[in-house]
Amino acid sequence: MANPSRIDPRSALIGRFVLYAVLIAAVLFYLMPLVVMLLTSLKSMDDIRAGNLISWPQEVLFGAWGKAWSSACTGVSCDGIGTYFWNSFQITIPAVLISTFLGALNGYVLTKWKFRGSDLFFGMMLFGCFIPFQVVILPMAQTLGWLGLANTTTGLVFVHIVYGMAFTTLFFRNFYIAVPTELVSAAKIDGAGFFTIFWRIILPLSGPIFVVCIIWQFTQVWNDFLFGVVFSGGDTQPITVALNNLVNSSTGVKEYNVDMASAMIAALPTLVVYVLAGKYFVRGLTAGAVKG
Amino acid sequence: MSMSNVSEAVAKPSSKGTEAAVRATSSSPLDWLQRWLPKMVLGPTIISTLIFIYGYVIWTGVLSLTKSRFLPKYDFVGFLQYEKLLDNDRWMVASWNILVFGGLFILVCLALGVLMAILLDQRIRAEGAIRTVFLYPMALSFIVTGTAWKWILNPGLGLEKLMQDWGFDNFQFDWLVNPDMAVYTLVIAAVWQSSGFVMALFLAGLRGVDGSIVKAAQLDGASMPTIYRRIILPHLRPVFFSAFIILSHIAIKSFDLVMALTGGGPGYSTDLPATFMYVTSFSRGQMGLGSASAMMMLAVVLAILIPYLYSELRGKHHG
Repeated sequence: MANPSRIDPRSALIGRFVLYAVLIAAVLFYLMPLVVMLLTSLKSMDDIRAGNLISWPQEVLFGAWGKAWSSACTGVSCDGIGTYFWNSFQITIPAVLISTFLGALNGYVLTKWKFRGSDLFFGMMLFGCFIPFQVVILPMAQTLGWLGLANTTTGLVFVHIVYGMAFTTLFFRNFYIAVPTELVSAAKIDGAGFFTIFWRIILPLSGPIFVVCIIWQFTQVWNDFLFGVVFSGGDTQPITVALNNLVNSSTGVKEYNVDMASAMIAALPTLVVYVLAGKYFVRGLTAGAVKG
Repeated sequence: MSMSNVSEAVAKPSSKGTEAAVRATSSSPLDWLQRWLPKMVLGPTIISTLIFIYGYVIWTGVLSLTKSRFLPKYDFVGFLQYEKLLDNDRWMVASWNILVFGGLFILVCLALGVLMAILLDQRIRAEGAIRTVFLYPMALSFIVTGTAWKWILNPGLGLEKLMQDWGFDNFQFDWLVNPDMAVYTLVIAAVWQSSGFVMALFLAGLRGVDGSIVKAAQLDGASMPTIYRRIILPHLRPVFFSAFIILSHIAIKSFDLVMALTGGGPGYSTDLPATFMYVTSFSRGQMGLGSASAMMMLAVVLAILIPYLYSELRGKHHG
């Protein structure tokens, strides 16, 4: 966009220099916490006290990672965050798959099989994307209690599906609205039914939006703390809750290396997803954002 | 792939005639099923939305009118809980904090976001890599962010020690344990996490600006800063609005970051409405008061959202 032709070359050069300097400073600012976490997790406590945030470890040690995984104290128990890491997977995988699949079906109905009131319903559902969840957690806690699902993984999965569906439906609805309706009409004339069209025409087109939606939901559910802390108990807690307990429980000497190793473990799955599929992650963010 | 599927479906030598006949009679059970199937598929979602969103909001509203403590009890006391809320020092601190935290967080994110987007839009080498770095915090949990920044801002071993090691012997940084300053640590961490995302929104907006208008302005002798101020930034108005909405949404929902970074402390100096609601309802067993605070949060969200949606819809109508 910039047109350097009318600017004299020397000030253009200085301009470029300043530009890159600012950008590099910004890159360092964004990278710094991750680097600090990693360096700290590889040090011994003596090393941490002797050095500073970004000093290189005198000796690279993985003991903090081992302790974080299997023997660090998270509140009452001292079994590390390993079990909670698997808890999070047990919560996240079904919640993501079910909410995504339901979102796809909902989006399909809301664009290709509209009926009276379906647009109104979509508007009402969008509201669900915006409410602060504080306004539903007390009744939900009561309901889960009645259903016998309090403090269970099933209960937490259920909550994530219910409140994730507004987003997944939004994703698929906005994607399917761009799929030409003629495709569906032609198939209808041809006698294809609701599910035939979905399986044979709509699903084969849906690859990218499935990736976007699954990544979005995975990040949301994995990173959730509010639902986890309210609806799970003891041994069903997700990793975010365990990490918070580990870092903020005030028993014994603070081990910052173990704190940082735990934080890295909690961050790894979503970071890996981001590195592998960053493009889709960003697309989900902006789609959810601009439209929602 | 899709086209072949479609043509296959269309070209399938199917019973077009009989289908038309079924359609005409319109009374076969199969036809009935086809008509009701979409509604049946959407049905569970409709029911769950009505119950778990609308029903629960109303339920919370009802609870906020009662004296419920650890368990819901439906003896109504009118707006007593709301009066108590406004008399509650902790709630007033939380409300003030959300203004300070939310205001600064949104302003800094918008400013940084625009600036970074403009800088990145100057045909930068390795733009993709830089964008990736700016955005990765968005993939992290606020609990992880809070944990990391709690360590970085640690008075004694964190940033303070680093600066002292670098020769700034008198450098002091105790915001995390200073009741007057702790709320700004929330701003730092939240900005770190979300500003890259705002940058991505603005960058997408910048890429959508018509290059020919900019060229024309340049031919007229306008300088780049003028072009940005008079032409490009006004084009980004919608992006500003949606970024504002998302950021205020993040701010009002901020719960995990506070829990991980400050725990609401020192004292309750960094409480936000979201943490107030949690502590009041679950730790202190004042469900009525907690419900009232949740309803206040909803009211604030609606107060921001409704004018936005209204202008959006009206804009679409005119457009």
